[in-house]
Amino acid sequence: MLKQIEGSHGVSEAVALCRPEVICAYPITPQTHIVEDLGALVKSGKLENCEYINVESEFAALSVGIGSSAAGARTYTATASQGMLFMAEAVYNASGLGLPIVMTVGNRSIGAPINIWNDQSDSMSMRDAGWIQLFVEDNQQAVDIHIQAFKIAEALSLPVMVCMDGFILTHAIEGIDVPEQKQVDKFLPSFAPRQILDPENPISIGAMVGPEAFTEVRYLAHQKQKEALKLIPKINEEFKKIFGRDSGGLISTFNVEDADTVIVTLGSVIGTIQEALDEQDQNIGAVTIRSFRPFPLEEIRTALKNVKRVVVFEKCFAVGIGGIVANNVRMALSGTNIEVYEVIGGLGGRPITRKSLHKLFKDAVKDNLETVTFLDLKKDVVERELKREKELIQSGSVAENVLRDVGVVNVAKTT
Amino acid sequence: MFQVRIHGRGGQGVVSAAEILSVAAFIEGKHSQAVPSFGSERMGAPVVSFCRIDDKQIRLREPIMEPDALIVQDPTLFNAIDVFAGLSKNGYLLINSKRSIDELGISNAINLPEDKVRLVPATEIALQHIKRPLPNAVLLGALAAVTGVIQIDSVAEAIASKFPGKIGDVNIQAAKAAYELLSHNNQEEITC
Repeated sequence: MLKQIEGSHGVSEAVALCRPEVICAYPITPQTHIVEDLGALVKSGKLENCEYINVESEFAALSVGIGSSAAGARTYTATASQGMLFMAEAVYNASGLGLPIVMTVGNRSIGAPINIWNDQSDSMSMRDAGWIQLFVEDNQQAVDIHIQAFKIAEALSLPVMVCMDGFILTHAIEGIDVPEQKQVDKFLPSFAPRQILDPENPISIGAMVGPEAFTEVRYLAHQKQKEALKLIPKINEEFKKIFGRDSGGLISTFNVEDADTVIVTLGSVIGTIQEALDEQDQNIGAVTIRSFRPFPLEEIRTALKNVKRVVVFEKCFAVGIGGIVANNVRMALSGTNIEVYEVIGGLGGRPITRKSLHKLFKDAVKDNLETVTFLDLKKDVVERELKREKELIQSGSVAENVLRDVGVVNVAKTT
Repeated sequence: MFQVRIHGRGGQGVVSAAEILSVAAFIEGKHSQAVPSFGSERMGAPVVSFCRIDDKQIRLREPIMEPDALIVQDPTLFNAIDVFAGLSKNGYLLINSKRSIDELGISNAINLPEDKVRLVPATEIALQHIKRPLPNAVLLGALAAVTGVIQIDSVAEAIASKFPGKIGDVNIQAAKAAYELLSHNNQEEITC
């Protein structure tokens, strides 16, 4: 049924349609509305046979999730930002133990400096934790991919993160076609766990593994991620048959066939990029990566094989080297002569505007970009802080100095 | 595409206004997108929300920098932030105030023909019907009257769906009162 609702609300409805048996989450902006809505659905009785467990932290939230999933319950949680970091140990454990938990990440930056706004640093901090990571473009995809996520997770016995841009998607109210329960029941069978903790038949999971077998266990985890490369498009096809909508599988392409230049990105920024591309007449296409883990090396290599240059646009970066997504894309293109530029934008919620994108496109087609470019960087602000640091030993906190410089707040002088 | 930016203060229903407007457009079969300004909103702090309305799917996710209509729910904001930034020359401006443009001291800041600017005593209308100084629904009634981008009946239906029962009823009354007040000399149809 088509509804005009908030993205978070759409996700909570989609999760409820998947009949989770345990939901355990700790609220953190911008994911809060999702878990609040689910709490209300459980309390009102609309979501039956589901236990909603309140806990004291994100670490507890995912630890409870590990327990309930190991006991054979379909399990859901959600987090963001510092919450993701706080549960980090459990994140690795959930995947290492092969537990098919589905977790929404309402993508948000990581402090310090504290910042509640959107970028993708949080999901990226856990990119190598062994979870499948699917990034969504809009709220319809957020709904559809959550439903697919349970099926992917349970087919592989691996946890799945559904990454949606905080605020930009979680708080956006737009038209979402929310599937019918009958359709979801047809698509998603009840959970048949690969391993189960049962008091009647006691076993243990999570054994210590020494040097004699650790490599093999980890290798198998890697192989299982690679299996997902085949499974994700297959499940998307099954979804399409029942629901009539295509969520795009591993990647989506936009006018790449004749393009000299292709923008590669993740998440909701593709919408603004597409609008900007429609307004100009250069041969520029775009690729959105839906599955960041596993990373679709082959699909990306095929999609980009005829282009001259690739601009990887990402809302995150690895301090001390540059783009994270770009590094992965480079691996897909190794051995080719395709130039790869890295553009870091939208950090900590800085709006990504068509105006800035147009300038970026113009520079890109002329190869007039640095290897790493920070979109809309206020260079004068940066230089003034560098000057202060050079002139004063006790120049104070960078964050407070920069805030004072841009005139957002008057903070007490530290020197 | 028709883009509306709403300025107000935390507690005045700025975010709800954008949501109700988007639902009203949805009721008319249009595509719409409402987004709050992204911040840690609190009572009294300046808050911005956005609503886009179009006949086709809306992909754009940037903030609305060049609104076709600007709603100012709180005239004390003029000293705090540049609420008029980017307002299109053909745009509409609705301000919650019983005072005049000159009295508000903003005549130099606005470069719009007179028929595109409306001062609406929204707080007074709200107090009369809702008994609380909540100008958001009132200004949506005014927006329907002045721009025609949305029908007043859709606004009423959207308010009822967001606030079922008595709260919705009095807000609908208030929105309709503003609609009546502003529509008798001005019904210009626009398309988006």
